[in-house]
Amino acid sequence: MELFNGGSIALKDIPLLEKKEFRGEVLLRCRDGARLANLFGSPDGGGGVRLIAILGQDEDPELQILATTISAGSARYESLTAELLQAHLFEREIAEQWAIVPEGHPWLKPVRYHANYRGVPDIWKDIGEQTIPGSYPFYAVGGEEVHEVGVGPVHAGIIEPGHFRFQCHGEEVLHLEIQLGYQHRGIEPMMCGSGMKRQALLSESVAGDTSVGHSTAFCEAVESLAGCTVPIKAQAIRAVALELERLANHVGDLGALGMDAGFLTTSAYFGRMRGDYLNLLLELTGNRFGKGLCRPGGVLFDIEDSMAEDLCRRLTRYKKEFEEVSDLLFTSPSVLARFEGIGTVSLEAAKSLGMVGPAARASQLEYDVRSDYSSGMWQFYHVPISLAASGDVYARALVRRQEVMRSLELLLKLLPSLPKGEICASPGPLKPETLAVSLVEGWRGEIMHACITDSHGALARYKIKDPSFNNWFALTLAMRNQEISDFPLCNKSFNLSYCGHDL
Amino acid sequence: MSSLLNVTFPVLAHWMIVCLLSPFFLGVIARVKAFFSGKAGPPVLQPYFDLARLFRKKCVYSSTATWVFRAAPVIILAAMMALSLLVPFGICKAPVQFSGDILLAVYLLALGRFFMILAALDTGSSFEGMGASREAFFSCLSELALFMNFITLALLTRSISLARMIGADVPIVWGGMEPTLLLAVASLFIVLLAENRRIPVDDPETHLELTMIHEVMILDHSGVDLAYLLYASALKLFIFFGILVSIIVPVRTGYPVTDTAIFLGGMLGLAALVGIVESSMARLRLNRVRLLLLISFALAFFGLIVTLWRA
Repeated sequence: MELFNGGSIALKDIPLLEKKEFRGEVLLRCRDGARLANLFGSPDGGGGVRLIAILGQDEDPELQILATTISAGSARYESLTAELLQAHLFEREIAEQWAIVPEGHPWLKPVRYHANYRGVPDIWKDIGEQTIPGSYPFYAVGGEEVHEVGVGPVHAGIIEPGHFRFQCHGEEVLHLEIQLGYQHRGIEPMMCGSGMKRQALLSESVAGDTSVGHSTAFCEAVESLAGCTVPIKAQAIRAVALELERLANHVGDLGALGMDAGFLTTSAYFGRMRGDYLNLLLELTGNRFGKGLCRPGGVLFDIEDSMAEDLCRRLTRYKKEFEEVSDLLFTSPSVLARFEGIGTVSLEAAKSLGMVGPAARASQLEYDVRSDYSSGMWQFYHVPISLAASGDVYARALVRRQEVMRSLELLLKLLPSLPKGEICASPGPLKPETLAVSLVEGWRGEIMHACITDSHGALARYKIKDPSFNNWFALTLAMRNQEISDFPLCNKSFNLSYCGHDL
Repeated sequence: MSSLLNVTFPVLAHWMIVCLLSPFFLGVIARVKAFFSGKAGPPVLQPYFDLARLFRKKCVYSSTATWVFRAAPVIILAAMMALSLLVPFGICKAPVQFSGDILLAVYLLALGRFFMILAALDTGSSFEGMGASREAFFSCLSELALFMNFITLALLTRSISLARMIGADVPIVWGGMEPTLLLAVASLFIVLLAENRRIPVDDPETHLELTMIHEVMILDHSGVDLAYLLYASALKLFIFFGILVSIIVPVRTGYPVTDTAIFLGGMLGLAALVGIVESSMARLRLNRVRLLLLISFALAFFGLIVTLWRA
């Protein structure tokens, strides 16, 4: 079955394939160039679990939906991972959430350490009771000259918790294993038990730095289920907020990259400029991180003409400032020497891992939700995809710089010609037994929310996929055979979310 | 009794000046860096406040640390204080001078470093082990350059006493010896950056334990011990500044006030230069640091060749 971004489809219209057929079909389509955008389980009402795969062709604006049923009696299926690397984390997640064994999974370990949703014995005994990493033995490299370095979950900087286990030979990293899950809050089940007001707040808290991105994705999914038409002005305001969020984070990241390379001058300027964009969000929404703006049906705060003019005037100034400071960063030989050739991810690797966002585009993977699955305002405004070829820290910085410039250009085009009219419609009741999928290009990349309603029109399953979920594994790959002292720089160039992954 | 006083008084006076002034220059560097970042920056006296705060705190020791870990801060500070006695600062002559004291100076530096590394290894932390290994490797290279420069200076001044070699008593005559001295000064400046773990070799302000060299080795030290180590770093920087300024500015007017002003001006200029270097470039990749140190060695080497050829 096929579905547009922001579309919905009745569950009975999704054909259920046999397990074997499902596996064959997913593998076949992925071999033909599709990307596994999501793979998740959902209760099928009869004690079993319905597995839903969402595939994206990327040049085709339609998403492909495939489904199969795993009966409660035999909670196992043949794993996809051995033939499709992108599936590895999705399958681990399914194993943990639904206690379904993906047979033949090469590296089946828990993701977030919680009890399964079905209330049956877990695959890993009492996983919900254990503190991370439980009894899991980290991958270790043998030999007298190899030493192991463990960093975190408590870090020296003000960042989120995560454990990084390096196997090193001298300064060279042979292997890095990342253990996350410390931030698990159980947002997905919480979404299903809450009213719509609370759901909107929850969606803003999936990842604090992507509030606008996740709340837009949530709203679009719910609006699609409610069959509600969002006023065009509300869509424009959401786009403005989304771009401001992107600007704040990309500019902050460029500053942080400079800081980690020991180049303090630009990091101080970028740090201040990040504050400028956050302050614009504050003026727009009353919150520096854009919370409280997007609600099902539209947005809560309007941009009046005078405000749009003021925003334009300031953004023009910020653009000039950004150009000057980023020129300083990108023309300093000592900075380039730190960025170039570090943490390279090849296009092949990016494709097989299913990477998304700026990190993928830095490896020349041409994919941006805004142009490939355009919905809302993006149907009227085209943002060129920012690409770089080298796949290293430099490329990831360069893509950010390009995206900042293009976001600024877009805002300067969009703000003077904001549509007129209402900013909020009221969403009606949700369609029963329906699947809705929404995609948003957050600043880290593709955000996907998929929700399924029960027979009363209440949410029965809410699946959130943050771009970090796709990209964390790329960081371990990027660190292979690099110097351990370059890890902070490499990590910062991805700047992935811990809580977006841990949910 | 009076002879004892005659010996101890200059020593105590020297120490007082050195200890009072040395943290000031860390504050100056921080202010210069803040200026280039468009920030107000911390007060110039911030290093003094930091030290005062740490001196009021107790030390925390890990259960695996042995006496080496506890003794190291004291030994390192003592080594730097002893070293400071061999170095003249402006009109303050070096209280201890004898032929060959240059060897003592180099070994005091090495002693401090040796205990720094031992204490870091003693903690058993993987971070500190990495820092210790980096410190050991880079100091091998920087010591080489340092020795080479000292040989050049010894040949120039026909002395193997540190104070004389850097022209504190008889000012170095630059006329005719510019190439050698320029090479030596450039090389010593790189050694200064490396020995004091400044950018581009190390970043004293980073919080990233995987990239640190010096900072990671003092991660486990706390309270008074940490204050000793910070003081020792400030002294080391001050000593290197003193040596360089003495060579670069061989002006002795004979008027104590003018001489002191010139000397302090030179010290401030050098601190500003370090701040400018730190603001204008990123840190080197760790595997390129050795190249910088080899450049320093090459400069020193050519300086020596020119000296030998002239002599």
